[in-house]
Amino acid sequence: MMKRSVTRTFGQIAVFVAFFALWELAVDLLHVKSVILPPPSMIFQSIAKHGLYLLQNSWPTFVAITVGFLIAAILGFAIAVGIAYSRWVSELTYPFLIAAQVIPKVALAPLFLIWFGFGLAPKVVIAALIAFFPIVINTARGLTSVEPELIQYMRSLGASWREIFFKISLPWALPYIFASFRISITLAVVGAVVGEFVSSDSGLGYVISYANVSLDTDVMFAGIFVLSALGMLLFLVVVMLERIFLSWQAAVEGTPETM
Amino acid sequence: MSSVPHIQIEGLSLNYRTKGGMVSALEGVSIDIAPKSFVSIVGPSGCGKTTLLKVLSGVLKASSGKVLLDNAPIERTDLSGKVGYVFQRPLLLPWRTALENVLLTTEIVRKDVPIAQRTAEARNWLALTGLAGFENRLPHELSGGMQQRVSLSRALAFRPPILMMDEPFAALDEITREVMQDELLRLWSVTESTVIFITHSISEAVLLSERVIVMTARPGRIDEIIDIPFSRPRDEELRGRAEFTELVQYIRHKLHKSKARVEAAS
Repeated sequence: MMKRSVTRTFGQIAVFVAFFALWELAVDLLHVKSVILPPPSMIFQSIAKHGLYLLQNSWPTFVAITVGFLIAAILGFAIAVGIAYSRWVSELTYPFLIAAQVIPKVALAPLFLIWFGFGLAPKVVIAALIAFFPIVINTARGLTSVEPELIQYMRSLGASWREIFFKISLPWALPYIFASFRISITLAVVGAVVGEFVSSDSGLGYVISYANVSLDTDVMFAGIFVLSALGMLLFLVVVMLERIFLSWQAAVEGTPETM
Repeated sequence: MSSVPHIQIEGLSLNYRTKGGMVSALEGVSIDIAPKSFVSIVGPSGCGKTTLLKVLSGVLKASSGKVLLDNAPIERTDLSGKVGYVFQRPLLLPWRTALENVLLTTEIVRKDVPIAQRTAEARNWLALTGLAGFENRLPHELSGGMQQRVSLSRALAFRPPILMMDEPFAALDEITREVMQDELLRLWSVTESTVIFITHSISEAVLLSERVIVMTARPGRIDEIIDIPFSRPRDEELRGRAEFTELVQYIRHKLHKSKARVEAAS
């Protein structure tokens, strides 16, 4: 089983290598100007050259993503509990949540600039707003998917709401919650960068948009690559946490790592 | 163990409203369940077996009639912590090991008992249900029959005076089912709880019970209450005896007749 997971990792890396090789080849054969589309080799050189600059600007983006995600997770969880346990809350808030979800948050970004000024706040707000919805929906679904007979059984034994919640409902919902975290962490990356596009003087989003304006296409792509790596890293952190908290579930699904 | 109550059900009816009008799930059901007895309820689908169980456990409220426990009317809290359930599906918590699943009920009902003692008892229940050595397995690592044994152990672990079983062996293959029936009888003789057992299987009801309550559908009424005369301990050999098969045939015939009547009416 160990062997299979090693093979898989190699395969996954091979896809990246193939993608970059094709890109390099296409740029070369079609004589594309590097201002239009630089070859990957040039982008990697640019990453090396501007390493410190990129690293310094990764930090504010990382903070914005993480804080935005955490706020979305906490608020999303709280509202999901309300939706799951109160029909009243559920019926009242659902239309509003959906209405809020269909608004393109990106379009609100300039407004947040006016409200919250430059700096961290607008980025965090946009990241949180975008990441919020899947967490609410999934958590509420997880909490309501518990077998009703089991809940009735626990009640008949005299279990309190708290006991039922922590012994049954919450662990029951955890797989749903982590599924939403996986989606939301990537959405938070998008949110933070959108915030940086419109209202920031630091961060990878700022690097990308500034390089774009000044036609430093290779720096722009360097920023995109670093951002992508940062997003993958955060995604991996979520997956690792999932493995820790849901080791039993990995076993149920029979994923290779646990065999 | 708290004392086992005498359960008397008197003239119990339950109606509920649907789009098509009022439906009578139970009508005039009266049953007397002596302490420590084993009572089975058989009947066609929709005869209100599960509804009756839910009224007995306080989940549903009767429209009329009453349920008495030691001559006192049933209140929700009266039965709280006194009824162990085994459902058709094991309904185990997938993140808990077999042992931890058994402990679940004791975490609610017997909190005051030290965990070490509860754990020792839980291990003992697992051993009694034939699961020694499987304490640390997760449910998905166990077969359907083994999961149902865990579910049974979980119900017995807090020593309830009443055990309600709703088609607990229906999802098992025939041999596993027969083994489980024998084990249930053995366990029942140890615990001396009252067992209220719902099943579709007539032979299962006859084999296990002291009394079999035969119900009819729409509305759910009692057709006949049959005392099962066979002595205990009952074993494999009983299944082949002529009196046994005759009794099973008799009940089967009754159920066929009531089914024909319901179909003619609709």
